[in-house]
Amino acid sequence: MTRFLANNGWTLGLAGLLAMLLVATKMIQPEFGVSGLDSLGRASLPFALATLGMAVVVIAGGIDLSFASMMAVCSVTAALLMEGASDGTSALVVLAVLALGAAMGAINGTLIVVTRVPDIVVTLAMLFVWQGTALLILNAPGGAAAPWLRSLIVGGVALPGVSPALTEWLPKSLVFLLACLCAIWLPIRRSKLGLMFYAIGSDASAAFRSGVPVGRTKIAAYAVTGLFAALGGLSVTMSTGIGEPIPGPYLLAAVAAVVLGGVVLGGGRGGLLGPILAVFVLRLVRMDLTLMSVDPNVTTIVEGSIMVVVVMLGGVLATRGRRT
Amino acid sequence: MIEPQETPVLDAKGVSKSFGAVLALRDASLRVRKGEIVALMGANGAGKSTFVKILTGVLRPDTGHVRIKGRDSQVGSPAEARRSGVVPVYQEPSLIPDLDVADNLRLGNTRAEPFRHWVAELGIPDLRMDDMIGRLPLATLRILDLARALAAEPDVLLLDEMTAALPTDLVERVLRVIRQQADAGRSVIYISHRFTEIAALCDNATVLRDGVTVGSVPIAPGIEERIVEMMLGADLSHTNAAPLSVKSRPSDLPRLRLRGIGAGPRLTDVSFDLHKGEVLGVVALEGQGQDELFDVLAGNLRATAGTVEIDGRPASFRHPADAIVAGLTFVPGNRSQALLMPRSVRENIALPLVAELRKWGIISKRDEDARVSAAIERLQIDTRAQGEVRRLSGGNQQKVTIARWVAKGVQTLLLFDPTRGIDIRTKRQIYTLVRDLANKGAAVLFYTSELAEVRLACDRAVVIFNGRVVAMVEAADADEPTLLRAAYGLTEKAPV
Repeated sequence: MTRFLANNGWTLGLAGLLAMLLVATKMIQPEFGVSGLDSLGRASLPFALATLGMAVVVIAGGIDLSFASMMAVCSVTAALLMEGASDGTSALVVLAVLALGAAMGAINGTLIVVTRVPDIVVTLAMLFVWQGTALLILNAPGGAAAPWLRSLIVGGVALPGVSPALTEWLPKSLVFLLACLCAIWLPIRRSKLGLMFYAIGSDASAAFRSGVPVGRTKIAAYAVTGLFAALGGLSVTMSTGIGEPIPGPYLLAAVAAVVLGGVVLGGGRGGLLGPILAVFVLRLVRMDLTLMSVDPNVTTIVEGSIMVVVVMLGGVLATRGRRT
Repeated sequence: MIEPQETPVLDAKGVSKSFGAVLALRDASLRVRKGEIVALMGANGAGKSTFVKILTGVLRPDTGHVRIKGRDSQVGSPAEARRSGVVPVYQEPSLIPDLDVADNLRLGNTRAEPFRHWVAELGIPDLRMDDMIGRLPLATLRILDLARALAAEPDVLLLDEMTAALPTDLVERVLRVIRQQADAGRSVIYISHRFTEIAALCDNATVLRDGVTVGSVPIAPGIEERIVEMMLGADLSHTNAAPLSVKSRPSDLPRLRLRGIGAGPRLTDVSFDLHKGEVLGVVALEGQGQDELFDVLAGNLRATAGTVEIDGRPASFRHPADAIVAGLTFVPGNRSQALLMPRSVRENIALPLVAELRKWGIISKRDEDARVSAAIERLQIDTRAQGEVRRLSGGNQQKVTIARWVAKGVQTLLLFDPTRGIDIRTKRQIYTLVRDLANKGAAVLFYTSELAEVRLACDRAVVIFNGRVVAMVEAADADEPTLLRAAYGLTEKAPV
């Protein structure tokens, strides 16, 4: 039991913090309820997917600064191809966009492994490449999203034969997020690939000596990150109904949530549940400040300060962890 | 016994490997038969580590071949080497610190049952499979690495300094298990700096010198002398070993007095006095605690035992700055740690001078320039590449690391292997420079991995083995066989 607490203390602490913030939100705004949860879920969805993607690559000891640009490429590609397409075609478009995201991630990873240029430099360069690509595909917000896709994340869950009162409070967007998590991360985490992600992030040379193909594993980690970027881009298109060629503020928000979520920058430690909780913590803080009608400029200062404190806290914990 | 015609389990021939201009291995060979324990020996820099990396697939050889069970094997990765039956236990743990024991086993495709059996056999009864590797002590990690290798049922087990970090009771268990393995028909390549273990355990010893296998001898009583000769080469083998002697020093207060210093698992008990005007050599095989000793003196690591006195006053360093204030100047072996590579030679030399600005206020620019120029001239640093230090050759870089202290003046200089990998002319200049500093009243501690240097650069030398001082040798007596014998813990009075 103490072991369980020691290994999951950070996640449990975040869950507690999130619960407190939800209570605080209800106190600040008593009418916060089903629709509030729904809009919170939908607004958080791209951030949450970005955080998941970033968490995977950080666990494997890397970082991907081109993440938001990859999301933009996927968002505009999906919106452009889905405009006026049938349901069947749009399903194919979704699959194609997912493949596109994984391919972009694999390109990032391959460049890092082959050129041996530091990941932060390669992905910074690729940030501009993918940004330009997104604008070439669609130079202004436009396109469309298939209605069935939009309905996946709008409103509460309704199950046939179950009273809506029981399920409507659960936003579909949250279910969508957890479905993505389970479909992609669970199989990886339970397979040797997941272990190899942790291994190369924890100690690449020990992993090599243990027989892990370090280069290929790193490329795989970047590809998984690219896959999450595709889901993130799709979620932008799904919630706005159009493609957005200018990258949103997802990159730094994702890094902050990853660190707040207990994933150590530098790799090897942490899971994906913590970062998801961290996303909602950060989004709720912003929402509560807005509800308390704090000056929006002050809000960004508070948000920024939280990120700084969080990243510093993460850094301190990382160095302390290294020493022990 | 072993049939002479039998195909060797592992047969490496004519293996060479170079890194840039450095030829690490020229013609290494090794032959291991079934059920045999072979010691692979060589002095520092003989090419052992490179050979091990080639045998286990971490590096590819430039020429030569490695044949395993009669088949040519292109071992391109540690995973392939493992599959072909060669399973290593490296000097550094190869377990992942952020995964627990069970996950580490899954990562290496190790079955849990035999692993558990070996862990118990080797004397770690209370291991839990969900223990995080990063929280386990080093000795346990070495045992887990070995248990994992044994569980793979290897044809050839390669053990690199397996017993270095282990307490005595575990060493005994490990040696017993290795012997049993050999009796059961497995082969072992055993690398160790401990002659006693090799004498007790091994059947044969293969000796490397300067990247060449110089021979292979069966282990028999009294063979240590022969092996030491082989490691040193023919030209030195007939030098007679003079008895170790400790000349009494003048009774002035030592600049630096160490008593019973211990830190970490490797450094256990080191005591010596270092006087003003003296160059004291430190001789040790790799990993005998010398790194920790210098780290303690430089303030990078805290001693867990013992006392340090400077000019008779007890000192303890919490931070490198404390050591610097106390007048101890550390020049690390790794030049890139000491220099600002992208900055100019001039700036690098002036840095310690400028660092005093805070304390002394404005420093005369002209004075600084004069001191820097004097230092450059003294050292004959090639200033064509004055732009950036990183463009200098290794030898010139090393000169810069010392030159800066000539310019500033130094009380106690701690040099960690300052001449590694540089040419003979530059080495001589460094010896002269160190001597000049000593003549000016500096006390110099000089660790070297090259035994021949002790006579050329030092007044006397302490020899450290297994974390303890095992001998104090005057320069006049410090021929290579004497030092090497002492460094292997072989003293005259206790032959193995």
